[in-house]
Amino acid sequence: MNFFLITLIKTGIIAAVLMTTLAYLQWVERKVIAHIQLRVGPYRVGPHGLLQPLADVIKLMTKEDLVPEHVNKFFYIVAPILSVALALTSISVIPFGPEIEVFGVKTFMQLTDLNIGVLVLLAISSVSVYGVALAGWASNNKYALLGALRASAQMISYELPLALAIASPLLMFNSLSLREIVDAQAGYSFGFIARWAVFQGPFPQVISFVIFMIAAFAETNRIPFDLPEAENELVAGFHTEYSSMKFAAFFMAEYANMVTICSLATLLFLGGWHPPFPVEFGSGYIPSALFALAGAVALYHSLHPARPKDRFTLPVFAAVFFAIALAMAAPVLSPILVPLFWFASKVGFLLFLFIWVRGTLPRFRYDQLMRFAWAFLFPVSIVHLFATALAVALFTK
Amino acid sequence: MDAILFLIFAAIAVACAINLVVQKHPITSALSLVGVMGALAVIYLLLGAEFIAAAQMIVYAGAIMVLFVFVIMLLNAGEEKKPARPSWFAKLLGIPLTIAVLGLLSFFVQHGSPQSSVTFGEYTGTAKDVGRALFTTYLLPFEITSVLILVAILGAVVLARKEMD
Repeated sequence: MNFFLITLIKTGIIAAVLMTTLAYLQWVERKVIAHIQLRVGPYRVGPHGLLQPLADVIKLMTKEDLVPEHVNKFFYIVAPILSVALALTSISVIPFGPEIEVFGVKTFMQLTDLNIGVLVLLAISSVSVYGVALAGWASNNKYALLGALRASAQMISYELPLALAIASPLLMFNSLSLREIVDAQAGYSFGFIARWAVFQGPFPQVISFVIFMIAAFAETNRIPFDLPEAENELVAGFHTEYSSMKFAAFFMAEYANMVTICSLATLLFLGGWHPPFPVEFGSGYIPSALFALAGAVALYHSLHPARPKDRFTLPVFAAVFFAIALAMAAPVLSPILVPLFWFASKVGFLLFLFIWVRGTLPRFRYDQLMRFAWAFLFPVSIVHLFATALAVALFTK
Repeated sequence: MDAILFLIFAAIAVACAINLVVQKHPITSALSLVGVMGALAVIYLLLGAEFIAAAQMIVYAGAIMVLFVFVIMLLNAGEEKKPARPSWFAKLLGIPLTIAVLGLLSFFVQHGSPQSSVTFGEYTGTAKDVGRALFTTYLLPFEITSVLILVAILGAVVLARKEMD
């Protein structure tokens, strides 16, 4: 019974955190894009627009849920459910941190530790094409159908370089379990260079990391590969006919896929929850120091407020940051929070990269997209895989 | 627990398989086939063959069936028309043959060796064992299959290539 109770609690925590992350990821994206374009972004609902996600959720839930006359009803309704269910399932195999002890109970910071975790993620990502394809087809609309066709062709094509890029670190670590892969990246060569896959000998996986990230952009249908929803050609692509919560389901699936794929990149290439330099050099104090610094900055700005409101809101933020800094330094909580901080900051950086690229790059043309996948990315990843295999065969015992 | 799960997913597999034949629309049939693949993957998982289960999902449900659905959507195939009259030949041969196949199957299921997990000699269904089996004992069939697939791809390319003149 203990196992069920622990699993239930972990499921609750992970679901709550994931849902909040998804909602606020959208806020962060709007803010970052806005600042790239010299705007302020959401600002009206709550301080600095912090309650905007809540307002969006209420808006989406209370909107009229329209099912057009000309659609194939069954598949029209199944498609968003399939999309979001698959996208949320994949988080269950992702480990967030090492084994921890809470109230005398030892448990992994992960829902299920499968010894084929990587393959499960690949399987889920390859099946999730159906959500998009069915949505486009069932909508019975030419824009939606074209969007769905583009999405499925693109996702099939980019799955190959993605899988080949994943294969290289797997060759080095000789395991399919995400937890074992992260454990294999612990420690430091020469005492200070982290043994993450991108730095680890015999063959640092920088190229496969870049290939993985490029393919990840295509797999999640993000700019510069967001042709399935290119609004100047296809209205909104495969979800043109969807409204209300069904539209929100696709939206949520896209963000959940982004979180999953960034977590996978972190686990495979960036050493998971291991800090970038050893504890002897003080990496354990970095999280506390960062949050304390953030609190100090907020406090300073509250003394020189740009708007009258800031005199009250910024000290609250400062207090929150100081509380987090204290929690990170507390001896009871730090074994849980510090690994989580490193994991979250790496995933957060990769998510920021997604948003940054969206604010920077234009969209590809469709033939360029396909030629890039088949004539460049695929051969490069095969050659890289062979090179890694050779290096592993020569230099590991 | 295993028996209940097996019964549930076996029932899903059979229901999807029947649905595949009964349905008129090609997309519905193709998706029923995906359902069969998914249920089979779960059954592999119950037998302890995790790698085979994942490969089943990735290769069959994820790659091959997506291509099927893609082509059906691309050609925009409509509902299948019923033939004017069913052929008497099919009726005459079909019923006895069905009974014969079902009888043979139940005979082999009853007389087959009961096993709790999938094994090929000393190999079980884990990734390591499948890899070792493919690259040692079954190396020749494995390589011949890959050459066969390569030949098929080349054939398709030659057939599909436009003559430039």
